[in-house]
Amino acid sequence: MSSKLAKIEKRTAYLLILPSVLLVFSIILFPIFSNIWISFKNVELKDLRIPEPRAKKLVKSIKDNPTQIKIIYKLRNSSLTQEITNVKFKDKYPDNIEPISLNNKCQFKSNLLKCELGNWPKKYRENLEIVFQNTNNQEIFKKELKSYKPKLSGKSQNILLTYEFTLNNFKKVIKDKAFIDLLSTTFYYTFFGTIGAIVFGILAAQMVNQKFFGRTFMRSVLLFPYVAPVVALAYTWELLLDPTSGTLNNLLINYQIIDGPINLLGQKYVTLNILGFDFKLRLALTTVIIFEIWRYFPLAFLFILARLQAVPKELYEAADVDGANPIQKFLNITLPQILAVISILFMIRFIWNFNKFEDIFLLTGGASGTRTLPINVYQQGFSIGDIGMGSAVSIVIVVFLLIFMFIYFKLLGKRADEN
Amino acid sequence: MKIKNIFTYCFISSLFLFSLICIWKILVTLQGIELTNFNFNKLFIFGIILCAINLLIGKKLNLNIKIILLALLFSIFDYFISTNLPIWYSFGIFLISLFFFNNIKDYDKNFLSKNHSSQKLFFNFLTLFGITLFSFVILFPFYMMLVTSFKTQALLLLNPLDFSINFAQGLPELFKSYFIVFKDYNFGRYMLTSTIVSLGTVIITLIFAIPAAYAVARLNFFGKNFLSTSILIIYLFPAIVLVIPLYTIFSQLGLRNSIEGLLIVYTATTLPVAIYMLQGYFKSIPKELEEAGIIDGQNWLGIIFKIILPLSLPAISSVALYVFMIAWNEFLFSLMFLDRPNTFTLSRAIQFLNVGAETPRQYLMAGSVVVTLPILIIFVYFEKYLVSGLTAGSVKG
Repeated sequence: MSSKLAKIEKRTAYLLILPSVLLVFSIILFPIFSNIWISFKNVELKDLRIPEPRAKKLVKSIKDNPTQIKIIYKLRNSSLTQEITNVKFKDKYPDNIEPISLNNKCQFKSNLLKCELGNWPKKYRENLEIVFQNTNNQEIFKKELKSYKPKLSGKSQNILLTYEFTLNNFKKVIKDKAFIDLLSTTFYYTFFGTIGAIVFGILAAQMVNQKFFGRTFMRSVLLFPYVAPVVALAYTWELLLDPTSGTLNNLLINYQIIDGPINLLGQKYVTLNILGFDFKLRLALTTVIIFEIWRYFPLAFLFILARLQAVPKELYEAADVDGANPIQKFLNITLPQILAVISILFMIRFIWNFNKFEDIFLLTGGASGTRTLPINVYQQGFSIGDIGMGSAVSIVIVVFLLIFMFIYFKLLGKRADEN
Repeated sequence: MKIKNIFTYCFISSLFLFSLICIWKILVTLQGIELTNFNFNKLFIFGIILCAINLLIGKKLNLNIKIILLALLFSIFDYFISTNLPIWYSFGIFLISLFFFNNIKDYDKNFLSKNHSSQKLFFNFLTLFGITLFSFVILFPFYMMLVTSFKTQALLLLNPLDFSINFAQGLPELFKSYFIVFKDYNFGRYMLTSTIVSLGTVIITLIFAIPAAYAVARLNFFGKNFLSTSILIIYLFPAIVLVIPLYTIFSQLGLRNSIEGLLIVYTATTLPVAIYMLQGYFKSIPKELEEAGIIDGQNWLGIIFKIILPLSLPAISSVALYVFMIAWNEFLFSLMFLDRPNTFTLSRAIQFLNVGAETPRQYLMAGSVVVTLPILIIFVYFEKYLVSGLTAGSVKG
């Protein structure tokens, strides 16, 4: 009896999860695997369009003979790269009309013209001219003829489904001189973006954890950058930082803090002189990181605040009795309490910043030294149009991601053991 | 020891006062008023003097009278060192210094001779300063977004720092950018598309996620643990590694430039987190309720609909709001999949505005306000639900 119930339970469970599993499998897991497939292929953006045989129908009347009419079909292969095999042509005509002469490819039967046009190589063009006459010697009207549209069909090879593979994409990715630069930019961005967001998150959480007027409102306000759409925020920042008409530069010039405008998003390096040493700071990258911190510290703040509110008050009271100063209290009570949250937060944010695309794309488009791996996926795949290359870069990202995830789940497991 | 404390107190307080004044001055400058100097030296030194006076008076005077007096002194000083400024500017200075002196009114010699008083002071100011500065830094871009949308290109070229809102020109003139954005740039249509896509994603996600979450939370089946861990792992895969394969597949299936395509992708990407959040909540519902339902002769569907759903409305609303927010803000997929203006979502439309020919910035900002405002209103109104959604789902972002 109970085994029967268990069976029903099992069947119900599978039934309930099946739709979700199918959807997630087809839209998330399947694409990740097909990424591997595509990355070993030489596919370009223009190959994705399935080649189509096309025909344009032109109807021309013949001088002095209204009972006859000439129809020209301008045929072409829409693809510039692939051939279409076994092209078939079909068109329909009004009653009482028949062709005067036909070549051997075509047949006319009960108002229908059918042609076997064979194979069309890439960029193929051909004109098919046929003269028709009215069987009752009446006038033929153009309009009637034009109302029908020819139908064409043909077979073509789908480049994605062939078994031709190449290692060129990966060779290109790794041999690319800019690859090391790409990696270092990505890690620089990820690391400082993550650290910055967490540091500001701790600061903000420390502040909001105290009681003051308007505290709940303050909490909402702090979350605004995280909640608002990235498009709007990125463009607002772009306008603020614009070198000629941007508010920030104009303010700084107005207060005589700088002499000329600084192109914060368009300048790759800026040389800073600190204590007689020249430092080269990657300016655009730093600006992008600041935007990143501005947008994501609310998340760290939210997590840390939740943890802070769970810290027992007695600990602080005991510290007060012991005469600890605020810095000691922070270092010895608060920090150990939030350390677990911070380490998990660091891993999560690290993974997400590593894959961040929108922010950089909208602010700089990857120009002036802000090209990270995700930006490179887009540029290879869609700006250059080399889908295979873009996929290969995605695979590089996935490999890194798996390493990070491994560390993350190790860490999570360790935390679970400790508790 | 005491001298050091007094010195740090004066220094930090004056610096804090000065930073407050700076923020005010920046805001005033952005109203088109000519103000080219922060007067750091004079204001800072005068601030130190006033803080010292505050310390000297201590509690000898009524505290309210003391702060008003000090604030008046400070604003009069500021009025004399700066010229040709409107009266509301000085009034603002007065209010700010009032706020400031109100915060330091309790400090006197006794306080400063206590243990760790300088550190305590420092932390107090850090908190106050932090709150002001954080709010300013966070709200400033939003403020600029809003005020830019009320200006015109010509006026901004004339004086790039004048963001004052001219109410005298009448409402139709003031909201001109919004009218143009909706009329000429078709934002009404995009807004409708965005709403349909976001609401559709919410509904489909819930329809898929609720049964799945229930199964994961309650039923025993082979592969349950595997499923619940893979939910999290799948959730960590970013959109950027899905984009190329999905683009190729969708192009060949003809699903690009269609709302259906977007709906499928949005649902699939939000489904893992929805299941994850819901199953956590379902587990917290007492099992006895369901058992009672089974005794009453309910089947699984009946249990889900009549017992689980009514009890987990808060969790469902927070999932719904979170999914809505993700779908409304989503950019990457809409950039990839939509290139015909008649299928644009709001985010994609704004990007199109920016990339396309020289769009005047006030239209761009009006568009940004249009896309931002609904989500912020929803956020402020349903803050409680959204925050719990954000916390649970914040592995992503």
